[in-house]
Amino acid sequence: MSRWIELVIALGIPVLLIVLGKFVGASLERRHYQSIEDREVRFRSKPAFSTKQSNSLASVRRAELAIGSVVVSVDYFKRFLSGFRMIFGGEIRSYSSLIDRARREAVLRMKESQPDADAYINTRLETSTISSSSGDEGLGTIEVLAYGTAIVFENVERTRLR
Amino acid sequence: MILTNIDNVPDRRILKHFGLVQGSTIRAKHFGRDFAAGLKNIVGGELKGYTELLQESRAEATSRMVAQAQELGANAVINVRFTTSSVAQGASEILAYGTAVLVE
Repeated sequence: MSRWIELVIALGIPVLLIVLGKFVGASLERRHYQSIEDREVRFRSKPAFSTKQSNSLASVRRAELAIGSVVVSVDYFKRFLSGFRMIFGGEIRSYSSLIDRARREAVLRMKESQPDADAYINTRLETSTISSSSGDEGLGTIEVLAYGTAIVFENVERTRLR
Repeated sequence: MILTNIDNVPDRRILKHFGLVQGSTIRAKHFGRDFAAGLKNIVGGELKGYTELLQESRAEATSRMVAQAQELGANAVINVRFTTSSVAQGASEILAYGTAVLVE
């Protein structure tokens, strides 16, 4: 009898975590993507450039540093899947959404840190992995930092409004 | 203090260069946050505790860099860069550096 309980615990907990990861994780991810898309629409008129100059001829009135960062991790189910992928090699699709989410979120947070700006130039993205305390590197947790210079253009209409 | 990560401050002339200024901090994550993050790891998504931790350390590094620039008499830091490196398990160093200048 006690052997049965041991077996249920030994198999049940990982299976429970995988199922929890699959369903809760997928729904959280869907909600996160929804929020990213909504906010991207709002910031569509304020582009982020990776160049040092914007394509506008207007002169710049104000410039300031904009920073945004986020730490995101994959769910237990995807971590489980990637373990299989490591055997055969090839692209780990379950991890691409992790990186994609993190980068888009970081860029959005950078824009939100200076919401009055007209454009963001010299945008840089930096990714670093976060290890667990036991030094396990394959945790699937990353930090993405986005930073750039937020610029406000000299605008004829805007000065007239003041 | 004006901070930019381009080579100049737009529409302002640079009067004087003071050279490189930098600020850094090494932070370790603490157990409570680690535990909460471990639970969040099951379902994935943003680990807010870590995001805040790294944001705080970056703000600290930036303010140390700004303090160094102020000491030199600068009023802007241009070409600001951030880097992160892991020093030990569970601890990371965050470095902010740039060029201190005096602008109009």
